[in-house]
Amino acid sequence: MTSPDNEPEAMASSPDKSLSQPESGRPYYMQEIKPGKHRAGKTFWQTLREEFYADNSFTVTLAAIVLALFLGGVLMIIGDANVRAQWGYFFYQPLTTLEASWDLVSQAYTDMFKGSIVDPEVLRYWYWNLPMPSGNIPTWQTALRPLSETLTNAAPLVFTGLAVAIPFRAGLFNIGGQGQAIMGAIGGGTVGLALSLPAALHIPLAILAGALLGGFWGYVVGLLKAKTGAHEVIVTIMLNYIALYFLIWYIRQSFADEPTRSDLISKPAKETALFPKIFDDSLRVNLGIVLAILAAAGVAWMLKRGTFGFELRAVGYNPNAASTAGIKVGATLALTMALAGALAGLGGTTMVLGTAQNLTGEVVGQIGFNGILVALLGRVKPWGVVGAALLFGALQAGGAAMQTFSGISNELVTVIQAMIVIFVAAPLLVKAIFRLRRSPVAAAQAALAKG
Amino acid sequence: MRGITKRFGDLVANDDIHLTVEPGEIHALLGENGAGKSTLMNVLYGLLQPDEGEILVDDKPVKIKGPSDAIRIGIGMVHQHFMLVPVFTVAENVMLGAEPNKAGFLDHATADRLVREVSQKYGLPLEPDAIIEDLPIGIQQRVEIVKALTRDVDLLILDEPTAVLTPQETDELLSVMRGLKESGKSIVFITHKLREVKAVADQITVVRRGKIVGTAAPTAPESELAEMMVGRSVILEVPKQAAQPGAPVLAVRGLVVADDRLHRAVDGVDLEVRAGEVLGIAGVQGNGQTELVESIMGLRPSLAGTVTFLGRDITDWSTREVLRSGVGYIPEDRSVDGLVKEFSVAENLVLDLYRSEPFGGRFALNPKAIDESAKGRVEEFDIRVQSEQQPVGALSGGNQQKVIVAREMSRPLKLFIAAQPTRGVDVGSIEFIHRRIIAERDVGSAVLVVSSELDEVVALADRIAVMYRGRILAIVPPGTPREKLGLLMAGITSEGAS
Amino acid sequence: MTSAVITPELALPASFWTRERKTGAVLVALGLVASVWFTLASPSSPATFYLGTSTQSGANFEIDGKIGCLVFGLIALAAGAILLATGKHYGLLVSISLAAFVLSALIWQVSTVHGSVPLGSLSTITMEASLPLIFGALAGVMCERSGVVNVAIEGQLLTGAFFAALFGTIAGSYWAALGAAAIGGALISLILAWLAIRFLVDQVVIGIVLNTFALGLTGFFYEQVMRTDTEAYNNPGGLPHWTIPGLSKIPIVGPAIFSGTLLTYVALALVVVLTIALFRTRWGLRTRAVGEHPAAADTVGIKVLGLRYVNVLVAGLIAGFGGAYFSMVTATSFTKNITGGLGFIALAAMIFGRWNPVGAFLAAVFFGFAKALSSLLQALQSPIPSEFLAMLPYIATIFAVAGLVGRVRAPAADGKPYVKG
Repeated sequence: MTSPDNEPEAMASSPDKSLSQPESGRPYYMQEIKPGKHRAGKTFWQTLREEFYADNSFTVTLAAIVLALFLGGVLMIIGDANVRAQWGYFFYQPLTTLEASWDLVSQAYTDMFKGSIVDPEVLRYWYWNLPMPSGNIPTWQTALRPLSETLTNAAPLVFTGLAVAIPFRAGLFNIGGQGQAIMGAIGGGTVGLALSLPAALHIPLAILAGALLGGFWGYVVGLLKAKTGAHEVIVTIMLNYIALYFLIWYIRQSFADEPTRSDLISKPAKETALFPKIFDDSLRVNLGIVLAILAAAGVAWMLKRGTFGFELRAVGYNPNAASTAGIKVGATLALTMALAGALAGLGGTTMVLGTAQNLTGEVVGQIGFNGILVALLGRVKPWGVVGAALLFGALQAGGAAMQTFSGISNELVTVIQAMIVIFVAAPLLVKAIFRLRRSPVAAAQAALAKG
Repeated sequence: MRGITKRFGDLVANDDIHLTVEPGEIHALLGENGAGKSTLMNVLYGLLQPDEGEILVDDKPVKIKGPSDAIRIGIGMVHQHFMLVPVFTVAENVMLGAEPNKAGFLDHATADRLVREVSQKYGLPLEPDAIIEDLPIGIQQRVEIVKALTRDVDLLILDEPTAVLTPQETDELLSVMRGLKESGKSIVFITHKLREVKAVADQITVVRRGKIVGTAAPTAPESELAEMMVGRSVILEVPKQAAQPGAPVLAVRGLVVADDRLHRAVDGVDLEVRAGEVLGIAGVQGNGQTELVESIMGLRPSLAGTVTFLGRDITDWSTREVLRSGVGYIPEDRSVDGLVKEFSVAENLVLDLYRSEPFGGRFALNPKAIDESAKGRVEEFDIRVQSEQQPVGALSGGNQQKVIVAREMSRPLKLFIAAQPTRGVDVGSIEFIHRRIIAERDVGSAVLVVSSELDEVVALADRIAVMYRGRILAIVPPGTPREKLGLLMAGITSEGAS
Repeated sequence: MTSAVITPELALPASFWTRERKTGAVLVALGLVASVWFTLASPSSPATFYLGTSTQSGANFEIDGKIGCLVFGLIALAAGAILLATGKHYGLLVSISLAAFVLSALIWQVSTVHGSVPLGSLSTITMEASLPLIFGALAGVMCERSGVVNVAIEGQLLTGAFFAALFGTIAGSYWAALGAAAIGGALISLILAWLAIRFLVDQVVIGIVLNTFALGLTGFFYEQVMRTDTEAYNNPGGLPHWTIPGLSKIPIVGPAIFSGTLLTYVALALVVVLTIALFRTRWGLRTRAVGEHPAAADTVGIKVLGLRYVNVLVAGLIAGFGGAYFSMVTATSFTKNITGGLGFIALAAMIFGRWNPVGAFLAAVFFGFAKALSSLLQALQSPIPSEFLAMLPYIATIFAVAGLVGRVRAPAADGKPYVKG
């Protein structure tokens, strides 16, 4: 953003200097570009088509995904020794080279699709009740497994994505989802492995413990920010590592340590604390995704209709005006971070009680860091986060399948995820690549904003 | 400059402007805030590129692509907001961009000598080793001028240089300007203050809405200049009856407040505002008015003294408690403190009431009530919007200000505090806001108006308190001659210099 | 009327409890802990300290556990007390007091197990553990002094490590490896600079995403290419140690500084060069101006964006070069996520060192020492959990940014894109 010192003097009709700021100066996640509306003189479909080719957030996101998948394909080619060698003969055998490349990439992405959404073959065998080439007759569970994996991966990401998105709306960048998730996993995991209770009590108590511990880890950040002005980015990065070392130490303690194993692993959580599976015990998808959707709905309501959401947004946009209007900025920040921490903590709890059972050093995986990507891709809106988490969940489930069947390392998924977010974060870049036109609706809004 | 046009989107900031500055003259560029003066000078200094037109120096066209081009052809500029690195020393700031080097390293000795030489030559004493952020504003400005002079400029642009200065500092600056003129420099002096223009300018060009509306000699009468500036005769008169003051509503006793740099900005203020009267606080900006008001509102802690409101001690109350007890408040900078620009008009209208019935409760807002009330207030306060759901940032300055006024006046008040209520607001809205303030007084509220525009204070106030360096120097009736008020604002009481 | 400089009087009379005095009080408490608790807890058996790197031979001295704890505890107490009383000589007294406290604790732990400590290797491990932090922190200083936040240090180190291993193996030369490492770091920097400066993407956001990007990319090629043929792609060999005769025999610090690899010498040289460059040259003055107040720099004709590009790129070169440490000093090949988050400790070191090359260096050495100490205590089977010592750098950084110990102040324009206007 331009430094206010150096701005052109605006005209008398709008002497407010803020108004002369360029639209692009606002970070992309603050730009409210409303979806296309039916406007006089155009049919709905015309408007839709225009919007589709325009630079609105949906198109940019789509373009970012396409671009990232394309570059992912390029990486596959570079990473495959045979195809790489084939490119050495490109000028002698151009068609063979392109064919080999296409085969590699299309096969990999097909495997990804089969591993994350549905395998049409399996569906066909299941529908006609035929035995697969392997000899087994597929069950409905087999057909649903890819989707189950996607949802299972998505659940914790929804939580950690929300944990980044909410503070973002209050003007805070929470890099600490990882640490908060770890603390949540410790909380939920401890209740799960140490107490013996009926499931009806055990699960809620474990969830509560995870939320509380994660929330505490977030609250510390908010409190330090409010009281001392310590930058939340730095504090959260540091707290991530403190939480990790605490986890490593914690697992070794006698009440948690699994005595039969020499590696860093805790006793398993009791059966009564494990999240129930939604469909069937052979499918991993569990209570976590239900809680995640509920959490997203709750956050969406709070941001739109809740009193606290109003305060949070006001503080995020303009803390000075908020405090002048009597809103306690410090308390709002602390509470926001506590809420974010609690959500990330639930993400950690989902990992340990939904899928892992034991606490290990890697129990929460990378969900905290991936949550940042999810939040950015979802444009820090609750339902956007859900969509982004589903996409990431699918990519991860598909990546595992790709690794198994095509032999391509699923690290590629990490790269694709990062690239999607880079492109989404740099919409101007995507627009330049695809030569997108300015959305008519967005243009109208911009004109409006200039008054 | 010939035919300069500069657009920002649909906004034409400069429209076909021709301006000629002769060597050795002080050329005043006179115009209201937002008339396009600074834009024009930023074009001249290369910070902005004109859409049309050309710049000639010594009758030869030149292309100024950036400040370095401007500096090379002898143009220097002192910006309204200083372009000084606060953590650097005076010498470092002065040499930045043209650093003397010795064997690849910075040559501090030469830089210090240069600062001393230039500052002595033009009578602008400076300490080369002082850190900028420790210096008062007036001295910082001096650094800016010396910085430009060390670059051997022939033309010096001074953008609103007196806005932040006390009257003495202003006088000093004006005499420095005369001195520079005598040594052959040309000066473009941007201002909207008529008296200063008349004091130093050789030639006056008046800008209004991006266009040049005329030129005048410094001998032209003030009223004529003012008319050119605003396009019609200014009547800052608010129709009102004599006040009928009642019981004291707000009493401030011995209040001491620190500013952000922990200096005593408010240094023992006593004042009292009674029901049904307007107390105006006059004074040059930066004499503690901001801190005084923020302290009353609970936005800034006080170090000593008490604030009493309707007999209750509210010194340590939170802002929310103060607002709820019947105080309305217009902050001095609406875009920083008054409004959340991204919020809709409706949301801004309940920014301090969203937790009260019917707009919202402990947990949930009531959007229906918020929208309905917004419709009513938009109509009552004549806020020009396309919809109440429009972001407030899209409104003009005047309408934004009216949103704040509407918000603060829509609940029963006992005390109304307005800081710079009409800054950057169009004439129509000024009138409207002034009328509402007087109306508020007439229904029996106590009103405290703080303004750095003396005319505004005189027009509104029933009593005028003059604030100078954190103290109230005197409280005088509105009929007091301007000369006396001016002296008071400069810190000079009738008993002698302070 | 005269033009006397009017400085308004300070509103608050200087309170007795300044930050210095508060710190002094904390140090006094630490000193008390050392001189009472450590002394009582430690046995009267000797703790042996060897000056060299071996515990078998060479000069050594023994300290009785109780006496050592008490002496150093009292030194810590005294330094704290002086700070509490005078509030002056902050840096010096804090260093003395903390160092004495640490020594007291060390003697306690060592004497408890009748152990012996080779101080030479303690300092060597410290130096080695500090190396990546020094490079990373200096890269951070370079970047952030010109106003671009560099959260991507981790990614720069990682890419450097990867490039060193890959191209070092292919070219079969460690010079090529080091060059490639620097270029690798600069590539990440290039993306950072391009997106942050040209496309105004939030710098922290892009830094974080770039770390993930680098992690994925290096991990992918590690598995796809390196793992398939380690000999051909992941066998860069270690960097040779260059021992300077004579100097490397200096007790305690000699082996640490004068017996290292090229990286050690480059790191030390960089600290000096960057300090001089930043505070004594035209480039440094302009860099700092751009980081503090870019508009001011612009109005005197400095190319703000150009300078930022250059600085961010050079920062990438530095961090990438340092990345070679991971695949060629502590190991002789690349593995996935070989940096393991050290880039973030480097970031912490930069902040703890107050955006100053020397400060960053000292902070990096301090963090390296914490790591060396934790492995020492682990080796001594000390009851102090090594995880808590490993947390020390992170906790210290939180204290620093919260202003509880010392005040840190980032360059004013750090993280803010500059748009002419």
